[in-house]
Amino acid sequence: MSKILRVNMTARTVAFEAVPEKYKEMGGRWITSNIVCDEVSPTCHPLGPGNKIVYAAGIVTGTAAPTSGRISIGGKSPLTGTIKETNSGGMAGQKLARLGIKAIVVEGQPAEKGDYWVLKVDKDGAELLPASNSWLGKGLYETYPLLFDEFGEKVAIIGIGIAGERLMANAGICVNDPENRPSRYAGRGGMGAVMGSKGLKAIIIDDAGDPPGVPIVNKELFDTGRKKLTEALLAHDITKPGGGLNTYGTAVLVNIINEAGGFPTFNFRDGRFTGAAKISGEMIHEICTKRGGVGTTGHGCSPGCVIRCSNVYPKPDGSELVSVQEYESVWSFGANCGIDDLDITGELIRLCNDYGLDTIEAGVTIAMAIEAGLAEFGDGAKAIALMHEIGNGTPLGHILGNGAAITTNVFGVVRCPTVKGQAIPAYDPRAIKGIGITYAISTMGADHTYGYTIAPEMLGVSGKVDQFDVDKVDMARNFQHATAFIDASGYCLFIAFAILDIPSGLAGMVETCSGVLGTDWTVDNIGIIGEEIIRKERAFNTAAGFTKAHDRLPEFMKHEELPPHNVVFDVPDETLDRVHSLQN
Amino acid sequence: MIKVEVRLYATLRKYRPELEVGEPLSLQLPEKIMVRQLLEEKLGIPATVVKIVFVNGRQREVDHSLAEGDRVAVFPPVGGG
Ligand code: SF4
Repeated sequence: MSKILRVNMTARTVAFEAVPEKYKEMGGRWITSNIVCDEVSPTCHPLGPGNKIVYAAGIVTGTAAPTSGRISIGGKSPLTGTIKETNSGGMAGQKLARLGIKAIVVEGQPAEKGDYWVLKVDKDGAELLPASNSWLGKGLYETYPLLFDEFGEKVAIIGIGIAGERLMANAGICVNDPENRPSRYAGRGGMGAVMGSKGLKAIIIDDAGDPPGVPIVNKELFDTGRKKLTEALLAHDITKPGGGLNTYGTAVLVNIINEAGGFPTFNFRDGRFTGAAKISGEMIHEICTKRGGVGTTGHGCSPGCVIRCSNVYPKPDGSELVSVQEYESVWSFGANCGIDDLDITGELIRLCNDYGLDTIEAGVTIAMAIEAGLAEFGDGAKAIALMHEIGNGTPLGHILGNGAAITTNVFGVVRCPTVKGQAIPAYDPRAIKGIGITYAISTMGADHTYGYTIAPEMLGVSGKVDQFDVDKVDMARNFQHATAFIDASGYCLFIAFAILDIPSGLAGMVETCSGVLGTDWTVDNIGIIGEEIIRKERAFNTAAGFTKAHDRLPEFMKHEELPPHNVVFDVPDETLDRVHSLQN
Repeated sequence: MIKVEVRLYATLRKYRPELEVGEPLSLQLPEKIMVRQLLEEKLGIPATVVKIVFVNGRQREVDHSLAEGDRVAVFPPVGGG
């Protein structure tokens, strides 16, 4: 029988509750956003006792469904002030689901700031343990091994680093990968600071013994769906073994987005970077092969992934520098800061993993520091030094650790590429209009994963559309709804490449969900459920004070032309407002 | 004749393995040659393995005719995030 674990950090109590009927079918972002809407006041301070943080695995997470190990983490974001769901791969989702826990809701906060606890969850229950001083105030590459020593190598750890302990608005939440690296992140929106504000250093999930597992109501339907989805993933050129993602990782996008003139360079001043090839997935693959040692592409971030898009990047001597050099991270620290060296982007990503920061926000923030005159574009050593300011908790580090928007406010920088306070990721919306619509109207600030229109706009997935076409209302809306459903399912969003092109894979995905829940959903339910999730999230934001005036891109993108196409963001405001006007 | 720069990416690099990642191939080609001819006749790349073609940063089909100074980039199916 699945249940909800409620943890009160004021009273330091843990209690299991039955899952209310209305949440029975929900998983992932669907349930985190619903619990936040039902229990959190939209006007609460994100770091105060009124906010809550909710952890939930997806609908099929913990089953044998392929590539489905996601965990969603929700609450009110200190970075954006909106509702937030951020999800991660790694080891935690599947273990949490197998313990029969539908969601963990953490509320309240300790009377003493700086008082830290660890929540241990296993088949026998849950308890709050005081965090040892030796686990606090240091990098996660030091802390995680200590936690594994204490609790065993086979547990999963959901934890925060120094940035979360210091309540910085760019603090992410870390989940260990299969080799127990602190390398997978529910990074966006500063949810690490919310966890820190609760006095919760880490959640230890131990599924040893004989946990209940995930009940599957209709095993036959589930197996049929799983087979169809797996076949689609193994057949599609992007997701199959030896395909684009598996061979080169997500950074295979560097060259294509660069060729399209949409690869933000020097803080969104250019759409092409002369050093792009040097930070591309092809180069990562070449370096992993040439340097040897631990260098690996085709690494999986959680068990049961058939795509395996991750990597372990080696130093020149073959020893490990970091996992993982992803598209967004090599862009934010690379082209966006004018850096064309994977050894430097690797070190900067390693520091994010160590201090507990989101790489997108951190890289864009370094670019803001460059705008402010604290460093030069292309100066890797200075970028690394600025990251250490965050780790050392200096006053400058506190500014940078609070993200791009705060940094620009402090230093009087106008060219601030954020929406609702969250940094724009690695596609310039002036050159690729649909993703600009996604950034503008997302309930969570600029976020490419909120509606990945790049698939048809750039990659020829689910058809091809012109990158400059501004009338993409239906496309944007459909992608947002489908994405919300995938975020509820527990599947990694990258299955979308296969299921958008292969109808039986799409049907199979829905069948696995129906099989677990005993529902009779069809593919039509994707849009219905997705719309319902977004409607809830928008209602929260409206009550928090957000209006359509917030659904806008940075002003400079409307008048500053982006080379090489010399384009501005020309999607009319009315078009942006139309995406949801039909739905509300 | 026209002069065209071609870049081959991802798995298509195997057709010119001597080139660095992103290194352009400079070619002298007959006027109005189509992308398909460039791929199949000059580079030995079957058009069926090519998913995306950019000419000067715009996506084009393989029947697109090339002009002097064009920058061509060719990709197999790729995706990420
Ligand atoms: S596709 Fe990549 S990010 Fe997604 S589950 Fe697999 S390894 Fe993790």
